[in-house]
Amino acid sequence: MGMTHIVDRRLNGKNKSAVNRERFLRRYRHHIKKAVAEAVHKRSITDVERGEKVSIPTRDIDEPIFHHGQGGRREVVHPGNQDFVAGDMIPKPQGGGGQGGGQGQASPDGEGMDEFAFQITQEEFLDFLFDDLELPNLARKKLKDTEAFKYVRAGFTNQGIPAKLDVVRSLRGAHARRLGLGGARKKKIKDLEKQLEALKSAPEDLDPAFSHEDQIKVLEDEIARLKANVRRIPFIDEIDLRYRQHVKQPKPATSAVMFCLMDVSGSMTQMHKDIAKRFFILLYLFLKKNYKKIDVVFIRHHTSAKEVDEEEFFYSRETGGTIVSSAIKLMHKIIESRYSPAEWNIYAAQASDGDNWNDDSPVCGKLLADSILPLVQYYAYVEITPQDHQMLWYEYEKIMERFPQSFAMQQIADPGEIYPVFRQLFERKAA
Amino acid sequence: MSSIVDRPNVPESDQPGARKPISTGSEWTFDLIQQYDDEIAKCAGEFGLDTYPNQIEVISAEQMMDAYSSVGMPVGYHHWSFGKQFLNTAKGYQRGQMGLAYEIVINSNPCIAYLMEENTLPMQALVIAHACYGHNSFFKGNYLFRTWTDASAIIDYLVFARNYVAECEERHGVDAVEEILDSCHALMNYGVDRYKRPPPISAAEEARRQKEREEYQQRRINDLWRTIPRPEDDDDPVKRQRRFPEEPQENLLYFIEKNAPLLETWQREIIRIVRKLGQYFYPQRQTQVMNEGWATFWHYTLLHRMYDKGLVNDGFMLEFLQSHSAVVYQPPFNSPWYSGINPYTLGFSIFTDLRRICENPTDEDREWFPDIAGSDWLETLHFAMRNFKDESFIQQFLSPKVMRDLKLFAIENDDQEDHYMVTAIHDDPGYRPLREKLARQYNLSYREPNIQVWNVDVRGDRSLTLRHIPVDRVPLGEDTEEVVRHVHRLWGFDVHLESVDEGTVVEEYHCPPPHLDDE
Repeated sequence: MGMTHIVDRRLNGKNKSAVNRERFLRRYRHHIKKAVAEAVHKRSITDVERGEKVSIPTRDIDEPIFHHGQGGRREVVHPGNQDFVAGDMIPKPQGGGGQGGGQGQASPDGEGMDEFAFQITQEEFLDFLFDDLELPNLARKKLKDTEAFKYVRAGFTNQGIPAKLDVVRSLRGAHARRLGLGGARKKKIKDLEKQLEALKSAPEDLDPAFSHEDQIKVLEDEIARLKANVRRIPFIDEIDLRYRQHVKQPKPATSAVMFCLMDVSGSMTQMHKDIAKRFFILLYLFLKKNYKKIDVVFIRHHTSAKEVDEEEFFYSRETGGTIVSSAIKLMHKIIESRYSPAEWNIYAAQASDGDNWNDDSPVCGKLLADSILPLVQYYAYVEITPQDHQMLWYEYEKIMERFPQSFAMQQIADPGEIYPVFRQLFERKAA
Repeated sequence: MSSIVDRPNVPESDQPGARKPISTGSEWTFDLIQQYDDEIAKCAGEFGLDTYPNQIEVISAEQMMDAYSSVGMPVGYHHWSFGKQFLNTAKGYQRGQMGLAYEIVINSNPCIAYLMEENTLPMQALVIAHACYGHNSFFKGNYLFRTWTDASAIIDYLVFARNYVAECEERHGVDAVEEILDSCHALMNYGVDRYKRPPPISAAEEARRQKEREEYQQRRINDLWRTIPRPEDDDDPVKRQRRFPEEPQENLLYFIEKNAPLLETWQREIIRIVRKLGQYFYPQRQTQVMNEGWATFWHYTLLHRMYDKGLVNDGFMLEFLQSHSAVVYQPPFNSPWYSGINPYTLGFSIFTDLRRICENPTDEDREWFPDIAGSDWLETLHFAMRNFKDESFIQQFLSPKVMRDLKLFAIENDDQEDHYMVTAIHDDPGYRPLREKLARQYNLSYREPNIQVWNVDVRGDRSLTLRHIPVDRVPLGEDTEEVVRHVHRLWGFDVHLESVDEGTVVEEYHCPPPHLDDE
């Protein structure tokens, strides 16, 4: 025998198909993007960190080959005859030859399913979402990084990697060990040497029977043996090594609250709101990586503002005019009653199509400057419109000049333009 | 029947008292696998199974999914279609709709067999007997494999292919390479000369590639694409009429690789790679019934031999037989689980019955198989394994008894009739026609449309014309348009495909499609 070689391959890489899978996703990115966009539409903004099921019409992913079509004359052998005899005629089912196949291998895939469905992972989901948002790589990495821990020093350990070796500690340990192991023997050597000295200096007895020589020899041998023993104590031993130990500690244990402010007046279409939703999602993802606990407050407004749940926030429609300051006032009120800036990091994202009653815009500017911006970490404003700016924009521009660190604004027409609003925020955290 | 086959020794220690099983539990260890393999190898030796050395690799379920999706190639180039396959496999597996194959075995030397770590010990033993001794001896012995594949070189070739494709991706971009591969895959089944013996796959690869490049250089200045017509051609109407190629070519990929006017060298090399893989898989496509039947027959026979020797106990046999009967289960045509004839069942039944015909022939057998009835069963089975492919194997060895056992019957579906007709069943007048019909069903040129290179308009617009010869008026499927587009991508000039039934063109496909105002 001995011809057979048995190998344990289980520890070899198992992601041999990873590249092929990635190739597949790459090829069908348009389908997947669409699925991700739909998922974003359906999901809550706090629920973007899981994978998604994607379906692609089988037709689109078929690998075509030459094969037989329907028609012509076929004969097929089947098993399990019950009562047929040669020459039996069986009427074909009426209404189309679609069924007429029944012919074993006639269909190339034999699947008959018209959807190819598969699951993309959370990471892939985010990647497609970020593609949509045109996030730069650094920002992506930061958002995807599942490392919600930081390493802190936690004393010393006797196991570790060379890079973490603590030389001073290790040598101190070695010294102590040498003392501990050698001390008793060194003391004994000293004693023996004293005796030896005494014997040597003692007067020689004339009688050879009482000669010290034997005794001296015994003592000298013993001293030599002990010295060799002491010499054999290693200068540094494995048990002396000490490594710096680090443990994972959950990252910031602080909390943040995120205010989503949106204009829901008649001029905001569902498309505007879908873009706004991505804007809120991005801020949420950012906060999620930096804070342990996040509250989200939704404030919608037209001529008056109201705190609502997410469903109502995105999907119910109103008509009528717009008074932006109503939302800012409500936000201030909520901060005062529920989110003390001493305990909460406050972030706000405001989306609008730029419409406002002209009289109201200066009020907004003043409210922001006086009562909101001093309390918040970051206030981001997007104006979702391809059109010319109105009063509110110019008012906000003045704010941006005064608060460049905590206020950002951007005019956007599609999701790819959202990221610049947050650039400063992301960069600041990078430092 | 030429070769000498060892006789199994007279059974030793068949007395039940002598039962000393190798193990009794269902957990496997590497040591136990080794012991089982040793014993199975001994049994296989008794029956004269000649195999390549085995390399058994124990892998996890995830790794099995990987192996699955690269169509059993242990090393493969990257392509999205393998990713699709992987997603499909993973989906089915995670939903529990489908178990993974217990084993995958590679036609290579040494013969690589994958064992899944989840399998119980009896399953591992079954897989070893099935793959490492059944399939392995088939790979080594069957004439198609001997002719078309070189087991000792395939792994090297796959590594070369993977590296080459990766290098092309780096140089020319993933998209450009993917396009070529897509088109080649569409024609992969048309990359084989069915009647010509191929050069061995990959032997002395370097030398040949060198030669190939020279050939290519030569071709650039070769007559074929010379644009200035030679005067003597013009004078001779016969020569002007001459088609190129002179004989229709069935190896589309080879023809394109050698003759497509615009391809770059690396593109030709990629076509060649896909062609070589098509060639490597070609024998497997034609011996499914035989190969699975042979492997199933041997796992059944070898493990029973182990039982007779007292090496396994009753519990082992019960678990083994349960898996075995699942493998050879054939749902009847009217069952919801029916999806055609199960090749394991058909092959296993034929080989098993062949042994019976040799050992206990009836009058019917003596009439149907005068040369075989009563002959040495081992020699007969080995002869059958070596010298046939599914089509001829069925034609030669399917017995009336197997047709009766499986209750086979043939149904004709003619689109010009409004009835299906039962044309033959498992009775005296039916046996021969039934056997012929079933054999034909496994004929590749009946299973796949017969399409050949018919002509290249060498002096004109360089268009390529393919010809499809329908059998029994069966037309081409709905993918055809799409495949012709792939041919066009490779050829670089107009491509026409015509279905020609008894001299008349019954259907045409064109890429690019003809302009409406041309008509």
